Amino acid sequence: MTSAVLPSPPPQRAPVQRSEGVWHAAWKRLLKDRVGIASLAVVALFIVLIVLTALGLVAKSWQAEVGVPNARPGFMGAAPPEAAAVIETPKGPNVDLSDVDPLAPRYKEWAERAAKLKTEEAPRAQTLPLGGDRLGRDVLVKAMKGTQTSVFVGLMGAVFAAIIGTLLGALAGFFGGKVGDFLEWLYNVFTAIPDILLILAFAAVFGRGVGSVAIILSLVGWTGLYRQVRAEFLKHSVREYVRAAEAIGASSMSRMFKHILPNVSHVIFVRMSLLVVGFIKYEVILSYLGLGVGVDDVSWGTMLAEAQSELILGYWWQLAAATAFMAVFITAFSLMTDALRDALDPKLRGLE
Amino acid sequence: MLPYLIRRLWQMVPTLVGAVLLVFVLFHFFGSDPAEILGGLNATPQQIDAIREQLGLNRPWYVQLGIYLKQVATLDWGSSWTTHEAVSHIFATRLPATLTVMLPILIFDTLLALPIAMWVAYRRGSLSDRAIMVVSTLALSISFLVYIIVGQYLFGFQLGWFPVQGWSDSVLTNLLTYVPLPLMLALMVGLAPQTRLYRTFFLDELGHDYVRTARAKGLTEGSVLFKHVLRNAMIPILTNIGLALPGIFVGSFLIEVFFSIPGLGREVILAVNRSDYPVIQATTVYLAMLTMIINLIVDLLYKLVDPRVVLK
Repeated sequence: MTSAVLPSPPPQRAPVQRSEGVWHAAWKRLLKDRVGIASLAVVALFIVLIVLTALGLVAKSWQAEVGVPNARPGFMGAAPPEAAAVIETPKGPNVDLSDVDPLAPRYKEWAERAAKLKTEEAPRAQTLPLGGDRLGRDVLVKAMKGTQTSVFVGLMGAVFAAIIGTLLGALAGFFGGKVGDFLEWLYNVFTAIPDILLILAFAAVFGRGVGSVAIILSLVGWTGLYRQVRAEFLKHSVREYVRAAEAIGASSMSRMFKHILPNVSHVIFVRMSLLVVGFIKYEVILSYLGLGVGVDDVSWGTMLAEAQSELILGYWWQLAAATAFMAVFITAFSLMTDALRDALDPKLRGLE
Repeated sequence: MLPYLIRRLWQMVPTLVGAVLLVFVLFHFFGSDPAEILGGLNATPQQIDAIREQLGLNRPWYVQLGIYLKQVATLDWGSSWTTHEAVSHIFATRLPATLTVMLPILIFDTLLALPIAMWVAYRRGSLSDRAIMVVSTLALSISFLVYIIVGQYLFGFQLGWFPVQGWSDSVLTNLLTYVPLPLMLALMVGLAPQTRLYRTFFLDELGHDYVRTARAKGLTEGSVLFKHVLRNAMIPILTNIGLALPGIFVGSFLIEVFFSIPGLGREVILAVNRSDYPVIQATTVYLAMLTMIINLIVDLLYKLVDPRVVLK
């Protein structure tokens, strides 16, 4: 860049000079953005955590009841022993009921059988690093597993939405005409219904589960991305490089996805990251309402649902853990998206 | 004007047809069998058949589509499958409660965000400007759920400033007793991001040449800001309010669920949980109509705030 501005010394000409790619240039710009790099590092840490959790290396046994119910966080120390009332053991002779008790002859047999079975009572911890929930499950482990579920839903939903939006946007922008009219109509229909109502209607139909939620969110969230990809394809389809590709006999498919797509990929990427945060929030709400992930899954939303009744009893740690994990991730991801947007496409600045 | 209106209304027809078809296809071909949900776990096959017969689910799909289209055309949705309450009655009784909560939220949000946004845009780069950015990022990082859970616990349960939840028949009691807490929580979440958005609108306008011209001819800062900049920034602001407006009819469902307010949003959640298709279908179609009409009104308002806008 600078060599073009300064006249001397004359730059040494490389045999073939390639102009800098949009991704490479953006990466160099991003490296200068300190907030952007810091948030990128935090998001990367979360991604590592999610991959480890997904592979079962971390938080695999989140359902294990390792602590006492509502175990307190480690830094608070064990709960003070409750002043339990002592039940008086009845005094006096035990009345012998064996004459009238119809089960009496079998007591001995049962006692022998019970002696053969070994039950192991696992010792339960009094405190856990971030406390325990109603069943004594470790909140820290739950929060890690919940992070995996919630972030995975957000990312998958955004990827699906990007695929739908890009495909339809490319078709509408490139071909126009009847195809374009039809897709515009589809877009109008989807935007005529408020997002949240559409999500609820889809949720009524598709049922619960991580996959369902990701699909529901993508079916609702593709519209904004479609609109932008369509505009980009409209603009690019008449550019010279596409015309040149057509002249040497490149098919429509090849022009759309080999020539134009790489040139608009940064727009799609920024839009996709904007979707992630919104999708994660919707997942939390859906799961809270019982329309989200399945009963056997844990997500930030199901943790919050449990936390509501715990809070009244003074057990605030599950709420705090879920909120803290979510706040850190969402803040880092939003800041990263802002930095990416500034680095990749300064024109998009101010877009919410 | 009249030809414009007629054309715009005519253009709504295909979109509305699309929304109607989307809902029909969704529930008819992808949804689970409502008769089985309504019959419960212990229903015998005969009972489920009877429910199907009663709801008309065993007829061919085109007959059902016909009945549905007739419902849309006459706006007579029949009654809820689970409570047998007329759908029109559900709307008439639940909508006022929703609006009692949501209109104050929208009004306060807008009326507070506009002056703050103008102030921070005017003092661009100052501490208050940066503070708005930080606060809005933080406010948005936590789910609204957390605000409600903690807010109810802290302000309702611990401090006792407001009732934790409840609703009455008197609008005044509702506004003065039950609305303040949800209103406050909604503002805590929404105000900073809203301000941030409006700030960008004002910043855009402040950079234009006409602002310099107005100052050059000696206008006071007040009249530059309120007469010139505000009026020019009205178009994106109106667009934004227009986008938010349809959402307030069901968007309040979290507030309604938590504060047990008998509104439309809570009704939709109940309907979704019970697969009560008539209620969901009616809400979807009504809201699609409403969204398009609000869009039209916003477009007409553009003309009002900016005479240069040509309606075409």
